[in-house]
Amino acid sequence: MWTRAMCLGLRALAGGCRGFTSKADPQGSRRVTAELIKHLERLALVDFGSQEAVARLERAIAFADRLRAVDTDRVEPKESVLEDRCLYLRSDNVVEGNCAEELQNSHRGVEEYFVAPAGNISWPKLDEKESFSHTAE
Amino acid sequence: MLGRTLQEVSEALKQGLVTPTELCQRCLSLIKKTKILNAYITVSEEVALKQAEESEKRYKKGHSLGDLDGIPVAVKDNFSTAGIETTCASNMLKGYVPPYNATVVQKLLDQGALLMGKTNLDEFAMGSGSTDGIFGPVKNPWSYSKQYREKRKQKSHGESEDSHWLITGGSSGGSAAAVSAFTCFAALGSDTGGSTRNPAAHCGVVGLKPSYGLVSRHGLIPLVNSMDVPGILTRCVDDAAIVLGILAGHDPKDSTTIQDPVKPFTLPSLTDMSKLCIGIPKEYLTPELSSEVQSLWSKAANLFESEGAKVIEVSLPHTSYSIVCYHVLCTSEVASNMARFDGLEYGHRCDTDVSTEAMYAATRREGFNDVVRGRILSGNFFLLKENYENYFVKAQKVRRLIAHDFVNVFNSGVDVLLTPTTLSEAVPHTEFIREDNRTRSAQDDLFTQAVNMAGLPAVSVPMALSSQGLPIGLQFIGRAFCDQQLLTVAKWFEKQVQFPVIQLQELMDDCSSIFENEKLASVSLK
Repeated sequence: MWTRAMCLGLRALAGGCRGFTSKADPQGSRRVTAELIKHLERLALVDFGSQEAVARLERAIAFADRLRAVDTDRVEPKESVLEDRCLYLRSDNVVEGNCAEELQNSHRGVEEYFVAPAGNISWPKLDEKESFSHTAE
Repeated sequence: MLGRTLQEVSEALKQGLVTPTELCQRCLSLIKKTKILNAYITVSEEVALKQAEESEKRYKKGHSLGDLDGIPVAVKDNFSTAGIETTCASNMLKGYVPPYNATVVQKLLDQGALLMGKTNLDEFAMGSGSTDGIFGPVKNPWSYSKQYREKRKQKSHGESEDSHWLITGGSSGGSAAAVSAFTCFAALGSDTGGSTRNPAAHCGVVGLKPSYGLVSRHGLIPLVNSMDVPGILTRCVDDAAIVLGILAGHDPKDSTTIQDPVKPFTLPSLTDMSKLCIGIPKEYLTPELSSEVQSLWSKAANLFESEGAKVIEVSLPHTSYSIVCYHVLCTSEVASNMARFDGLEYGHRCDTDVSTEAMYAATRREGFNDVVRGRILSGNFFLLKENYENYFVKAQKVRRLIAHDFVNVFNSGVDVLLTPTTLSEAVPHTEFIREDNRTRSAQDDLFTQAVNMAGLPAVSVPMALSSQGLPIGLQFIGRAFCDQQLLTVAKWFEKQVQFPVIQLQELMDDCSSIFENEKLASVSLK
């Protein structure tokens, strides 16, 4: 019985175009600009590294744009599946700490401090930075 | 002995038919023999043997800790293990030795389990093939099985034996391969979008994703906080239930674990099927689904029906948007979670010392692979001020609709949903890598990710071999926190289908000593 039902279902689907891997709606995709690339690289502190990576982002955005078709009028965002429950809060007592062994994994430490380079030097100015997008343009 | 279930071996240990040290040594030997699979990143031989020694002392005194005492297990390399390198298959954490155990690891160790090693995965658990880690891809043990090889001989001649090896699926491929190849009796995986169930289906083992909130995530290096769940891989459903019983429960270190009391349980045998209602989501019947999987799905539905269960078609209307929603939420949470890797407190650190930001950027460029960087960048895009409402919040709203679809279905009287786990059987690596990681994940996570978004329990159970001799598994989805009911149904199904044991004799030189059965004739189970 189920074999027949599935065959019928499949025939009905073949008529429509509800494939999961169908091409993205061209109207939804947007070109990723050089400015956006720099902005994202600055925020993420991760660089694209290649034109291929930019193309991947464009495809990812186009894919995400399919959500526009869903009617979410008067629907509240769902942050957690446990939203109906109270989050567990433990009592405000110190029960563990003094984890000096945590320092063992850092590459640079002095006594009980993690050592970082100077934090008051801003991320290189855009025209000085070696973003690949310059070479791409 | 290694081919037995966890329950059977546990009995054998209690009856003194085998010792933990013998068991440990055989598993270690098998791990060496199956090195070609690349299932393990770290083999913790000394640790395991020491644990075996202690377990043996306990058995001699008659004070075993429980069902897991002396049982070899493996842990995916994104769970923190004290004193044992934890890399997440990434340069970012190469050489990182955590100072603590993940709660689930601690629970296994407290029960006396023997930690064989850390298993291979996709870098930071991002992927559906276990192909994108720095230690190389994991090979599916079925590539070397008699069942698959015989079918291949009929088709192609003169091809190099190893060139056509198959992927395990992912991202917990190493854990699935480790269990499938008998090197351990249970393994921990993680499941964010199907990462435990997908490789379980491809490797012919049971892959359980418990309800979100049932098992602690403390020590599981996070990917998507609102969807991650530690997963359990075993060779049969009863074993998965045993492990779940030990791992489940509130953890003060993970405030997203529910506080309801949880007790270990045994699974009853289903006798009266008439009270059971199985739902078949019609939207899961997609053109991409292989005809073999479709036919097995259909056969399974008929099986339930013929035994007296009520089997009905149901609708999850927002299914077609599920993968898109998952993609947005996943990359957004990943972007946030990966921000902790800056080289300062742990992990890789570059040599640049100009400024903190320059150091962070260089460290992250060197430490992450393309897949991880791609997801971070996508996530940051969706979280930009101008995009936040239209992408991230929109996806959260769609998530509510998807979760609600499931609630509606379960409220209509359905107990368990039956769906495929994967689109097809495992594919050769050469074919898999033709598409990029994101595309593959979008295709392969189709049936599995909606479950993570709704926080429901789900299990993949191997059903039958394909015409190529490869495993195909089906997925059961249960109501939230009804993991026991879910596993009860899965156990019944497993018994009905009698999935064949993998025949790996060709892979192992002297299989006779591994699979000796003489001693076991006298093993009596309660």
